[in-house]
Amino acid sequence: MRNAFADELTKLGDDDERVVMLSGDIGNRLFDKFKDKHPTRFFNCGVAEANMTGLAAGLAMNGLRPVTYTITPFVTTRCLEQIRTDVCYHDVPVTVVAVGAGLAYAGLGPTHHACEDIAFLRALPNLVVISPGDAWEVRAALRAVMKQEHPAYIRMGKKGEPKIHQGPIENFQIGKAITIAEGRDVCLLSHGNMLPEAVEAGKLLEAKGKSARVVSFHTAKPLDEACIAEALNKFKLVVTLEEHSLIGGFGSAVAEWTVDNGCDTRKLMRIGTPDKFFKESGEQEHARERLGLTAHQIADRVIAKLS
Amino acid sequence: MNQISPISRKANTPDVAFLRKQAAELRGEVIGMSHKTGSAHLASCLSCIDILTAAYWHALNIDPAKPTDDGRDRFILSKGHAAMAIYATLAHRGYFPRDLLETYTKDGGKLAEHPPANMLPGIEAATGSLGHGLPIANGHALSAKVKDKGANYRVFALMSDGECNEGSVWEAAMFASAQKLANLCVIVDYNKWQATARSNETLQLSPLREKWESFGWDAYEIDGHDIGAVATALADVPNGSSKPVAFIANTVKGKGVSFMEDDNNWHYRAPTAEEVVKARQELGLS
Ligand SMILES: Cc1ncc(C[n+]2csc(CCOP(=O)(O)OP(=O)(O)O)c2C)c(N)n1
Repeated sequence: MRNAFADELTKLGDDDERVVMLSGDIGNRLFDKFKDKHPTRFFNCGVAEANMTGLAAGLAMNGLRPVTYTITPFVTTRCLEQIRTDVCYHDVPVTVVAVGAGLAYAGLGPTHHACEDIAFLRALPNLVVISPGDAWEVRAALRAVMKQEHPAYIRMGKKGEPKIHQGPIENFQIGKAITIAEGRDVCLLSHGNMLPEAVEAGKLLEAKGKSARVVSFHTAKPLDEACIAEALNKFKLVVTLEEHSLIGGFGSAVAEWTVDNGCDTRKLMRIGTPDKFFKESGEQEHARERLGLTAHQIADRVIAKLS
Repeated sequence: MNQISPISRKANTPDVAFLRKQAAELRGEVIGMSHKTGSAHLASCLSCIDILTAAYWHALNIDPAKPTDDGRDRFILSKGHAAMAIYATLAHRGYFPRDLLETYTKDGGKLAEHPPANMLPGIEAATGSLGHGLPIANGHALSAKVKDKGANYRVFALMSDGECNEGSVWEAAMFASAQKLANLCVIVDYNKWQATARSNETLQLSPLREKWESFGWDAYEIDGHDIGAVATALADVPNGSSKPVAFIANTVKGKGVSFMEDDNNWHYRAPTAEEVVKARQELGLS
């Protein structure tokens, strides 16, 4: 996803002189092309995320379109007050882009995990929160948020994730979920980098005689209310999937909506990370396995619930 | 709880030949770990191995068998991305078995790529998000005054130059001098590189020693690879003034292996098997 981001940002920078790239001293070589083409609009802000974010707000107040970028916890929680007060309170078009959603950097340990960011950021007024499901969604989401006049948060995985879409997404809309596969028995609402697991879980369910609708529900805020309403109406079971805590994340957002709108909460099942720091070494696949987030484990839980 | 008896530090002259040998072994260890696991941050480790060796084999008043003794000197690796270096140091110093190093990055293990909280003896704080070590060190240093007026332990925080970008570092620096935390010592591993660029081209750190001095610290420049000098400097903290002490240690990223020295590709790269052999030869290891 991160290569798609750097590439798409370079193109956006070609077309729009207001685009300014701010990096928190990461992404060695990643922005070489951007730097090459727009040397006066790239700044390595160093290991100083609070300044980077306040700086972005100031740039946006002057009509520029800054993008801040570093590893998820450092570009979100490390500078949370700058995002809240400088960016969101002023309602200026800063785009915060994070690399390493959830347990993408599991091996680096809990300092580098990010299973709480959606909870923090979803509560901030004026902020759009998007977790793209693959590289094509990264490109489309970036284009979409850079067009609006408000702050946005884009939560990416890392690099090399499988591509789910076949090519550019022409009709991408902020707050409009994308159906990847149709089905009848269960609806899987996948948020962000869980999408490949969701698609795989759908296939496993199919093999076991259960047909699953798989949705890439990329925007946690604003919610695609019509999609949730229709799913709760049509399916016996609606499952939210995310690599984020069950406290305050995407599943929480869907549960809030379900309660607030008097829908049947018994149809809802939420899958996410537990209220614990994941302290074992090992990469993302290992962490997912341990926390019950793999396609097999998801499919098994769905089967158990349906029977 | 048993107290570690205070060592008479100044009487001890460092055994430089021994320290050099120890440092070479640690370098060999982290090079092997990086190779076996494909782990990044090898150059960041090599940059501070001499400082870690001088601290753990000479200056620190510690007993690996009593890692939580109230009277121990505290050492915080604030540049947590040098985790391989602190793991190797603690294992070789006897805090835990060397076998445990084999489990580094393995599924379900205790040694992730940044030091963990509440899990490994000798790791005083979970680090990896830069700019956290010094505020925590302040807390350890201030505790000696609040809790136990007679406590004479010292607190060391090893930071990187890129880390000095963080505002939290300077908040902590001003707090320490205001509170006269003379038992506190910062070592900045000043290798002039950060993750993606030269440090002074990123944010202007220079003049770094003068910055610390103007923040109310006794600040000295030292050669971070002169292991005897580092050992003596750290052993001599507190230095008799009422100020905290900062050592700006001039270092070379990747120190000890000619083809890694001052080449920031080794911030991310792991060595191949042939490169490990070459590196070990240069280090005088079999
Ligand atoms: C708060 C925070 N932001 C970003 C990072 C990502 N990161 C890891 S190491 C590093 C910089 C490395 O340079 P330096 O701090 O000078 O240490 P060196 O490796 O050169 O010793 C960065 C930006 C981090 N670990 N913590």
